[in-house]
Amino acid sequence: MLGLGADLLWVDMNRLLSFLFHQGVLDEQFLQLQQLQDETSPNFVSEVVNIYFHESEKLLRNLRELLTEKELSEYKRIGMHLNQLIGSSSSIGAKRVTNVCLAFRAATDQNNRAGCLRALEMLEHEYCYLKNKLHELFQIEQQRALAARVRYPVQN
Amino acid sequence: MGMAAAESQQYHVLAVDDSIIDRKLIERLLKTSSYQVTTVDSGSKALEFLGLQENDETNPITPCVSPKIHQDMEVNLVITDYCMPGMTGYDLLKKIKESSSLRNIPVVIMSSENVPSRITRCLEEGADEFFLKPVRKSDLNRLEPHIKRTKLKDQKQETLQKVENIDEQQQQQIVQPDSETIIEQQQQSLQQGNSNKRKTMEQGISPETDRTRPRYNSGIATVV
Repeated sequence: MLGLGADLLWVDMNRLLSFLFHQGVLDEQFLQLQQLQDETSPNFVSEVVNIYFHESEKLLRNLRELLTEKELSEYKRIGMHLNQLIGSSSSIGAKRVTNVCLAFRAATDQNNRAGCLRALEMLEHEYCYLKNKLHELFQIEQQRALAARVRYPVQN
Repeated sequence: MGMAAAESQQYHVLAVDDSIIDRKLIERLLKTSSYQVTTVDSGSKALEFLGLQENDETNPITPCVSPKIHQDMEVNLVITDYCMPGMTGYDLLKKIKESSSLRNIPVVIMSSENVPSRITRCLEEGADEFFLKPVRKSDLNRLEPHIKRTKLKDQKQETLQKVENIDEQQQQQIVQPDSETIIEQQQQSLQQGNSNKRKTMEQGISPETDRTRPRYNSGIATVV
């Protein structure tokens, strides 16, 4: 029964991953990250992703602040924050977030305030969605690892 | 350090990137490809690590050798991001290629943007490779040829230097230590023309050959 649990979780995890790839939320780069994880660095993916969350939330806060100013003149700074976000998002394979950032950057290049605000809304939404899904993925992974360990108890 | 076990030798790569995520990634990529890695977050820190002070324009020939421990670690390749605040990857590349002690170190540039003019500019300035981000494990296969080529060049120069030193020693043994005899012989050869020149060459003395012998000491410190 326990063994079956681990296998089902494995299926769940792969189903979720497939779904995320299919939806364009994640791309091949995320697989590259997974391939870099092994016994010598067993938590590599979650470590990198957690750094990404930490950095991104700082950037998103800054973007929100800059865009809610009365006089919007900081397009250059917004562009710089976006460049960072684009870089880190593509580095972890967060395709949809990257694309929304690119559209956002285009709006800043045009000094289009309304466009920027819309893009920020979309970005915050996409980011939240990504974060939730990745947390779900890591949870399943953790449960599966636990279940797999129980499945193979130490022999006498 | 001997060059004996070339196959299992670990090369040391210095990775430069202002993004913490990209630093983690490149470090992991390099480690899984069996490289020793040091990461820094800026061009100026990279130069510091390489033993070259940023303001070293007045005397570029003599690097500031800092007494830090990492000076013992030879850097076999530098891989740097292009877009960095302050000193860009391009600026760093230039500084390395302008330094007589560092210019042989292969440099690779990484960029998230595919700008042909940027790529050309970097390659013209001496970059050995240009990688588009995100960097893949397969990209790293392109590093070793550059490292090996540089090592081979360094080894050849070392060997030539040694051969030359031995050569000079032997020459000094053949020639009589009596300076007057040498001057006499030289005067003879100048007065008597070709046949005597040939004779003096056979004897091992030849003022012309000495002047025109190529020098292999290019000023690169032979760090072992």
